[in-house]
Order: sequence, then structure tokens, then C-alpha cells
Amino acid sequence: MDLLEYQGKQLFARHGLNVSDGKPVITVEDAVEAAAEVGYPVVVKAQVLIGGRGKAGGVKLAADEDELREHAGNILGMDIKGHTVRTLWIEHASDIASEYYASVLLDRSAKRPLVMFSVEGGVDIEEVAEKTPEKLIRHHVDPLTGLTHAEALRVASEGGADADVVEGVADALIALYEVWLQEDATLAEINPLIVTPEREVKALDSKISLDGNALYRHPENQGLSDRENEDPLERRAKEEGVQYVRLDGDIGILGNGAGLVMSTLDVVSQAGGAPANFLDAGGGSNAETIKQAVDLILANEAVKAVLVNIFAGITRCDQVALGLIGAFEQLGVGGKSIPFVVRLDGTNDVEGRRLLAEAALPNVHTAKTMNEAAEKVVALAAGQSVEAGAP
Amino acid sequence: MSVLVDERTRLAVAGITGREGSFHTLNNRSYGTNVVGGVTPGKGGQDVEGIPVFDSWEQAMAESQPNTAMIFVPPRFAADSILEAAAAGVELVIAITEGIPAHDELRVYNTIKRDHPGTRLVGPNCPGILSPGKANVGIIPASFFKAGNVGVVSRSGTLTYQIGNEIAQAGFGCSTIVGIGGDPVPGSSFVDILELFEADEETELVVLSGEIGGSAEEEAAEYIAENMSKPVVAYIAGFTAPAGKQMGHAGAIVSGSAGTAAAKAQALEAKGVRVGRTPTEAAKIAVEVLGGASLSTS
Repeated sequence: MDLLEYQGKQLFARHGLNVSDGKPVITVEDAVEAAAEVGYPVVVKAQVLIGGRGKAGGVKLAADEDELREHAGNILGMDIKGHTVRTLWIEHASDIASEYYASVLLDRSAKRPLVMFSVEGGVDIEEVAEKTPEKLIRHHVDPLTGLTHAEALRVASEGGADADVVEGVADALIALYEVWLQEDATLAEINPLIVTPEREVKALDSKISLDGNALYRHPENQGLSDRENEDPLERRAKEEGVQYVRLDGDIGILGNGAGLVMSTLDVVSQAGGAPANFLDAGGGSNAETIKQAVDLILANEAVKAVLVNIFAGITRCDQVALGLIGAFEQLGVGGKSIPFVVRLDGTNDVEGRRLLAEAALPNVHTAKTMNEAAEKVVALAAGQSVEAGAP
Repeated sequence: MSVLVDERTRLAVAGITGREGSFHTLNNRSYGTNVVGGVTPGKGGQDVEGIPVFDSWEQAMAESQPNTAMIFVPPRFAADSILEAAAAGVELVIAITEGIPAHDELRVYNTIKRDHPGTRLVGPNCPGILSPGKANVGIIPASFFKAGNVGVVSRSGTLTYQIGNEIAQAGFGCSTIVGIGGDPVPGSSFVDILELFEADEETELVVLSGEIGGSAEEEAAEYIAENMSKPVVAYIAGFTAPAGKQMGHAGAIVSGSAGTAAAKAQALEAKGVRVGRTPTEAAKIAVEVLGGASLSTS
């Protein structure tokens, strides 16, 4: 779960990191009030979960109320790469002497937390890592002891922080590590971490990803992220506890098991089709979850055909068949004239296929293998007819 | 031979008194796995169809000497249960539980490494381990597999069934099927399991099934080139996955430009590992390498 800048900064402040005074607002009038409170000059920053805000005109400096009204009015409602700006962060503008970079992340390969620091902040850090790797200090932390003060000092000084702020940078690194640890983050990043002319070390931006599996121990974080810009279908799926990701194509996909569903998307693409979604009905899906999944897939109006690809282990194919029959009867799927291709394999597959054959659902085709199913559904989505296939 | 689980397995199950836990434990027992106990705090002294339940792993160890633990408890209790089993001296801990916080997994992985080097963790968020004809620990449907000489290691459950079933239909069987799970910090990685298959006399070929996220496949490619004498055939899922989206598994996510399926397939192919474009193709290549091309139905 990715946080907006201001949400991240609020977590930073909670763990003792310096951030500028600021307020999130959703109207120009509130922006004016916030600016008066934090004091001009202020920075007006669009709150969206996408990079390149500045280039898109989503970050502006305002010296007075007139400028603030102009910028806030322009940025609110702005579209930045498909994300509509609904919230602004108004903060007191900082004077900048240096721009550094700091982050803590879960290094999957080393299976340890990784602290990174560079004095080349304010730019794309992947580029720094690639072109001048010596300027990016990487330090693995023992998660059982945590980041010690001595380690943090070493990272700051080896990274080339100005001598008079090594202590301040080390404190910031420790606070950032605490954010990462205490909030169950997988990534906590500050870019830039600035040094002011007064030699204060401060987080000017924030990028935080929280572990969705750990939200149960952070009820206060549960409402975060960019709810308004979330895809409505993905949000609905989340509420229903279904693993669903919306994609750009027109072929709805329903499968069981994350790996098999990913594989199904690939096979459909290889057959020349474009999947409309990822949907994992889960290992133990029953008739009800299948019906719910069909409902969700068809709620995407781009869907022209649906592929149901089941390799049943714990799942039972007869339950899947009953779920499909239920979806057609109760959700009126048959009336939408959207063709389905169904491949049932594994536990109780014979029974599942028999149930489907008996129900004789309109526009439902069967396939024996995943590849055959993919080819059929691609043809159907393109408006071609295919052989129904013997169930 | 086979790896990790076999006739010598003495299994105890954390969460044996739960609905899922008891169902799969009894399934494993009816397959022939020697189930010697279960652990549910507060329910010691009870039994599940004759399997004794203990209050703690320490007690289970004292009374019935399990060498293998299966973890079936909810995510918030799973980390402690894994560590308790390791502390009691269980050699192999197989964690089925899905949804364990990543930080708990980090703590578990590093604690086992530091304090319990004699314990191997497989999972979490995995379907378990099956050695056909010998033992089944977990939720893998054994009927799709038969005994043979193909080792399978996979981050995904159903994809493993798909590939294993196609290999079985071509007339081949498996030595062991190991699900290492779809989480970001797995207890065992591809490399750990490849090492076991390389040393296993029965295994002649290994099928590796990977997916987007992390760099375990790239590390496997390096390991295969340097240390494996046996052929490895791979399949990678997630070529069409968009960046930044978690595809079902907690660990299946392309971060920026890292962890893509294309990069993984390239890394493997660069080291001479053949990568199937579909599960069917991966199974076909495996069968061909085994010299069974004539058995193929196509």
C-alpha cells in the first residue's frame, strides 16, 4: 500500500523526523487558510501516487495569497498521468543548501533491511545507482539488532555528508529506520533529504509503501493511500477480499492460484489477446466465490469475452461449475451475450464438465487445455465464431 | 531417494485442531505420511482422530519426536509458532500460512539462521512438499503426481499442479515437488532446493517454476551455471504483469524495472537453461530432455 507524500510526512513526524509545517487541503479556500497558518512563501504540491509531479506542473512556489490562489486553482483537478489531483499539500517553503537521499527497504535478496544514503539527492536515484554507484552507500542492517547509532554515523560520513551535519543525517537515518520498522513498511524513502542554510536536516518529500499483510496491527493506517484515485473495481475487489487487478484489455480472466492466473494472462497475450484483469479466486474457491468473481469481471464494461481457467487442487470443479451456473441464472449473464470459455481440470473435473453440459448455458464454450482455451477466447473476443467443443 | 520428506518423516502440525489444519493433516496421513502429533496451545491432551495434541512444540518434541513441522495457524500467530518449532529442534518447518507480515518473515528468517542453524524453513505461503509414494506434507493434491525422477520447485501452487500433471500425462513422475511459496522473504529459495536436487540420486532433471518479483530466479541461474550437473528446465509467469501491481502473491510485484519476467527468463537462458513460454511448453521440454519425446501425445 503506497502512501501519499503528506501521509508519509505525517508518519515521519510521528517518529521524530524533521518535516516542514504543512497541511493537506482539498479546496482553494482551505489552501489560503493553511498558507496563512504555516507562513509564506509556501509550496503547493499535488498529492498523487505517480512520479513526475513537478514536470507536470503539480508543484509550485507561492510567495503570496494571489499566487497561491492561482496555483492551487490550477493544480486541483489537474490530471497527472491519469491521476486526478484532489488533495494539495501546502507547506512552508524551505531554503536548501544541499539535497541528499536516504531510504530503508526490505532487500529480498539479502533477506535484510537495506539502508541507502547518497549526497546526490533530488534526482532519480536509480540513475545515480547506475552511473555513479560509488555515490550511493548501501548498508545492510541486522534486523535482530536494528540500526545502531554507530552504524548510522558511519553511513552518513562514508556517504560524504557535510561534516557538520553527519550527526543530523545519522539521526534522520535512525528515525527513518524506525518509521520502516514500527509502521511495517517495505519501503521508506526521502528524496530529497535537505540540509538548510541553518544546517537543519529535513525531509522534503516522502515515499512509503506499507505491508498490506501487517495492517491488522496498524488500524490507524488503514484508511491511508489515495482512495479517490483507486480503480473502483480494484477497491470493490479489496472490500470483497478478492485478488483483482484491472488491466487494459477486453478479455476477462478468472482462475485459481496466483501463478496459474499470471500464466493465463501470458498465454492469452501470446495468443494475440489482451487480458482485462487478473483475478485469483483462490485455492479453496466455492460456488459463491466463483459467482462473485464473475460479477466483478463483468462489472468492467470493456470485457468482451471471459476465460475461466481452473486447475483444481483444493478447489473442486463441480463447485466452479455450480458457481458459473448460478452466475448465469442469478446475475443474468446469459442476457449480456458475452461468450465464456471454460477449462476445468483437476479435482472433480468430470463432474464439473457434466454439470456445465447439462445446464447448456448460452454462449459457454469449453476447452480441454489452457492453450486451446486461450485461442478460443481470443477469437471470441474478436467477434469470430468457434466450435463449442465437447464438454 | 527424494528430498525433504519421505518415509522417515515424522510430522507434527501447528493448528491441527482448526478446520483447514485438521482436514489437510488427515489427508496427509491417509496418503501415508507418518503424523505423530499436533500443537494447539490450550488443547493439549486432546486428540484429532487419534493424533495426540500438545500445548507446545517443546512438549510435542519430548513426547513424540517430530522431525517435520507443518504450520497451519493464522498469520498473526505463525511467526511465533515457526520459531517455537525451530527452538524445539524440529529439522524441517513447512509453513503453509498465507498473509504473514513481511517484517515477521524477516525476523523469523534471521533468527533461524542465527539461533537454529539446524532447522530449515520452507514457505510461508506455500503448498507444501510432496514426495510421491512416500510422504505428502501440505495441500498439494497428490493424485496429479506419480513417483519418478523429475524434481519440481515452484513459487506457485496451482502452476505446479499444471506442469506436474502434464509431465505425468507424458509418462513421467516426480522425485519431490517443493513449493517454496510466493512471499517476499521465503525460508528457502530456489538455490537451496536446487542444491538438494543436485545431491539427490533419484532426481535426473529439475523443473523450476518462477514468477515476477525479487531476484530468486536470477540467483538460481547463477547457481545452475556454476553448480548443477543435472538439466534444469524453467517456466516464468507474469510477462504481462504491469509494474507496481501485486499479482496475488505478496512477493509477485515488479518494482520499477526490477523483477520482470523477461529479465528472469533472459538471465536463465543466458546460463543455458531452457525456458518454456507456456507451462505446456516447459513440460514438453522437460519430457524431451528426459528422452521421452516419443511418449508425447502431440
